[in-house]
Amino acid sequence: MRAAFFRCIREFFYNENFLEVDTPLRQPVSIPESTIIPVGSDGLYLQTSPELCMKRLLAAGCTNIFQICHCFRKEERGRLHLEEFQMLEWYRSGADYFQLMADCEHLLRYVLVQLQSAQSEQNLNPEQKLLKGISLQGKWHKLKVEDAFKQFSPVSLNRALTEDCFDEILVEYIEPFLGMDSPLFLYDYPVELASLARKKEGEETIAERFELYIKGVELANGFSELTDAVEQRVRFQAEIDKIRENYGHRISMPEKFLSDIDRLGSAAGIALGLDRLFMLVMDCPSVSAAVTFAEEDF
Amino acid sequence: MLNASDLRKGLKVQIDGNPYIVTEFQFSKPGKGQALYRCKMRNMISGNQLVKTYRSNDKFEKAALAERNMQFLYNQGDEFHFMDTENYEQLFLSREQIGDNIHFLIDNMEVDVLFFDGMAIDVTVPTFVQLEVTTADPWAKGDTSGNDTKPVTVETGYELQVPPFVVEGDKIQIDTRTGEYVTRVKE
Repeated sequence: MRAAFFRCIREFFYNENFLEVDTPLRQPVSIPESTIIPVGSDGLYLQTSPELCMKRLLAAGCTNIFQICHCFRKEERGRLHLEEFQMLEWYRSGADYFQLMADCEHLLRYVLVQLQSAQSEQNLNPEQKLLKGISLQGKWHKLKVEDAFKQFSPVSLNRALTEDCFDEILVEYIEPFLGMDSPLFLYDYPVELASLARKKEGEETIAERFELYIKGVELANGFSELTDAVEQRVRFQAEIDKIRENYGHRISMPEKFLSDIDRLGSAAGIALGLDRLFMLVMDCPSVSAAVTFAEEDF
Repeated sequence: MLNASDLRKGLKVQIDGNPYIVTEFQFSKPGKGQALYRCKMRNMISGNQLVKTYRSNDKFEKAALAERNMQFLYNQGDEFHFMDTENYEQLFLSREQIGDNIHFLIDNMEVDVLFFDGMAIDVTVPTFVQLEVTTADPWAKGDTSGNDTKPVTVETGYELQVPPFVVEGDKIQIDTRTGEYVTRVKE
């Protein structure tokens, strides 16, 4: 089933005229993100995501690209986290985040139909209902972050931001209700929570970023790309300072990336956690149960 | 000092001067967000529950706990008396502090008594104990009910399921973590 899963994801992107790319797992620079700790590898870093390299490929003239790769993030272990996990990233040039949302709808519908036919053709536990309890039909819900706070949270979005408890509220009061019978897009994040995303036109405080949720599980994060090298440098510097303050690590500025993104036209990109998607499709209790070998298998 | 990333089930930490044991633990991390460590903890003295969410840069003091090997002497009502096997110092714990260990505690048994800040707060009995069976119904030959165990009572008054061949007067080994029968002990 896992093999069929990967095959039909690739098929979907081939059908959409995407180019499959691959970029190095080990890199001398890591993305400056204060909430993600990279794993070191003999003086280099294992990638936390292929984002920087893929955007440089866009800047070099690629239009639609995708990649399935392993990513590594230190100290992330839990029901939904593995330190090594599989990511699907895709980028569309000339697009914005709404087009990525449409991609998500098409991709998941395609994957489910293909898997259902693989299931019955190859007689793979045909009784099991894939992606149990979730309907992919019809338009998927879209909910603005601000409205999600109004609907579910005891405090407003602004208060959560000023009192620095956005993440706690999100995890405790909001996420458990998202995407419970059909998938949901949570979108329009405060700009300080989207360090590589473009600001919404006319709204200085909002970034064009979204997350896809199914059964309370955050599945994908996409945004319209920030292509202003000056602003990107300012945001990276803030992250670099935070990393030094919190962990004492010195992270260098991804200079080559910054000089490339000026050449990046408008584009949008998204990262989707494949282990989590497979977990949901197969109704596994955790991501460790959805991968072929988890840490406890050694 | 411990970091939030050291938190896991069973870890004992000190919060506001009290020892806590982590009973449930969940890692979560919203996209582009902070790592959050959501814990349920039990106060090891009062038994009160505490539910709290920590961030990765939160720090903890390891609970200043010490264990001493002691011998169980006797109980007088709800007072359970123990003696330090090295310096012969004696102390007692309450029935409440003994908890489920009461099922496995017999005179002269050596146990580990847990101290927090010089105060005895808990006791750990050996993982395996050998207790005598005091009442056991004979196995009804030809029992076709399909049960392959029967209930017996041991010297502490604890009742458990054992295989049919165990008879009154036998010594049996019990796993104190699960309270289940392990084997019959040949003398």
